[in-house]
Amino acid sequence: MDKNNRKAWLYLLPALIFLGIFMVYPLFDVLVYSLEEGYNSASQTFFGYGIFNFSYVLRDPYFLQAVKNTFILVIITVPLSTGIALLISLGLHSIKPLKELFQTIYFLPYVTNTLAVGLVFMILFKKTPYTDGFINLIIQAFGGSSVDFIEGPYWAKMFVMCFYTIWVVLPFKILILTSALASVNPDYYKAARVDGTGSFRIFTRITLPMISPMIFYLVITGFIGAFKAYSDEVAIFGTDLNASGMNTIVGYVYDMLYGDSGGYPSYASAAALILFAIVLTITCINLLASRKTVTRS
Amino acid sequence: MNANDSQSYEKIEKSAQARKRLRLTITYVLLALWALVVLFPFYWMILTSVKSYGAYNSEYVPKLYTAAPTIQNYQDAFTAVPLARYFLNSLIFTAVTTALMLGVIVLAAFAFARLNFRGKNLVFTLFLALMMIPNELVIITNFVTITNWGLRNTFLGLILPSVTSVFYIYLLKENFEQIPEELYKAAKVDGTSDLKYLWKVMIPICRPTIITILILKVIECWNSYVWPRLITDDSAYFLVSNGIQEIRENGFGRENIPAMMAAVVVISIPLIILFLVFHKKIMAGVSRGGTKG
Repeated sequence: MDKNNRKAWLYLLPALIFLGIFMVYPLFDVLVYSLEEGYNSASQTFFGYGIFNFSYVLRDPYFLQAVKNTFILVIITVPLSTGIALLISLGLHSIKPLKELFQTIYFLPYVTNTLAVGLVFMILFKKTPYTDGFINLIIQAFGGSSVDFIEGPYWAKMFVMCFYTIWVVLPFKILILTSALASVNPDYYKAARVDGTGSFRIFTRITLPMISPMIFYLVITGFIGAFKAYSDEVAIFGTDLNASGMNTIVGYVYDMLYGDSGGYPSYASAAALILFAIVLTITCINLLASRKTVTRS
Repeated sequence: MNANDSQSYEKIEKSAQARKRLRLTITYVLLALWALVVLFPFYWMILTSVKSYGAYNSEYVPKLYTAAPTIQNYQDAFTAVPLARYFLNSLIFTAVTTALMLGVIVLAAFAFARLNFRGKNLVFTLFLALMMIPNELVIITNFVTITNWGLRNTFLGLILPSVTSVFYIYLLKENFEQIPEELYKAAKVDGTSDLKYLWKVMIPICRPTIITILILKVIECWNSYVWPRLITDDSAYFLVSNGIQEIRENGFGRENIPAMMAAVVVISIPLIILFLVFHKKIMAGVSRGGTKG
């Protein structure tokens, strides 16, 4: 037993070392950082402990802007992407020929580099002296007037941001919902058809309850993912997100850490902890809501 | 009466069939429309990458095709900016990180699945608890740690924090446990060492799971942006994501969009090929254990 003991720990050792240094220790360290006031990263000194970092971050207009952007993004993209994914999955579920082809195409954005494809989106939406850009030309063709989606008004930028986010997150949601739909026992449908149940009723009374655990799973992971939005925004608006007014909470954390505005790990830690608290709260609310509504089989 | 009945029955049947066909047509049209939205950016980037600089900038209304495709942009992408270097860096980073991670997680999963030791359940529970820790929370300290170790702008600094994954250890452990324990005991009786058993029996049996983990990790490495951006500011160590951002902000002098698109195509191709070859495996793997979005 003793020999076995030592051997087992030996097998675990690499994992334990890496997790210890890069996950467990940082977890405590981030709390310490967030409480160290006036931390100077050059001399590695600080005045004392307190909650000044939190109050500084909560009063920083850049942070408030980032919180606003993140919340708008979350509130728009999570319900919309889940809804669209549900519609597409229902469509996929009802067809036979070409189903696999469509599924494969829809999954493509998952494997692509979001920064690279974000550049393509920027070019499609951008208005330059040479051209109004592809999207604007379509808008004009339908009689609208063109807008600069990348450096123009706030709502236009927010639209591109939400559109791109939905484009990026849909593959995962479609995949999960199609497999959830495929796993519903067909006997339920047969029984309903024998009873002459209408298709809308079948959807609300059979399909939706059966896949509701998966929908809630997607809503919860969707909230978490959207609150951590960052690289999609960089892909479209460039690295200086504060300048374009499109920063997110995670973007604020990284800006505080590094770059032209960086060198403040204490503020970054405080902001990261605030983000963590928000995500935790929302996830708990989601879990409570799901316990009330989700059907468990 | 009877004839009338069957007639009306036929009518109902016909209209029901027509309605069904209509609904199917609408479904196909909408699905095709979304497929178009998904594919269009890819088409646009390939199309723009083969347009010449002059042609692109003279088109106020961009054309949806090009009569004279050119590979000039690809030559520019490799000569005017260090695209080849970014590409090579990403290859090295992806290969080394994935290989190291596989070693670490196979050993850990084996210990959890087959060996008995004191405190095993406690350690495993703690491992699972670590899955809830968001990356954003620990990245700050990791940045400071790597900086203090003097590992900024080195491959070691890029690689070290991402060579373990609690989730993949969990996935592999579940898979290892499905192999009958009798096999392990028989091997022990025969005097086979643990490592040999792991290498000759467990890994071959669990190859599908290992390949899935491998592919998912490769995708993750190839697309990683945040950590490399924090840890490298010397463009000699940029990975493709940072490279593309650098090209966008300071590359090619005047906004040479066709050349930018050529660079985007080049860095997208490896994953798209990987996807086309392994799409069934990737999709199955992601629905089992991926999270994104």
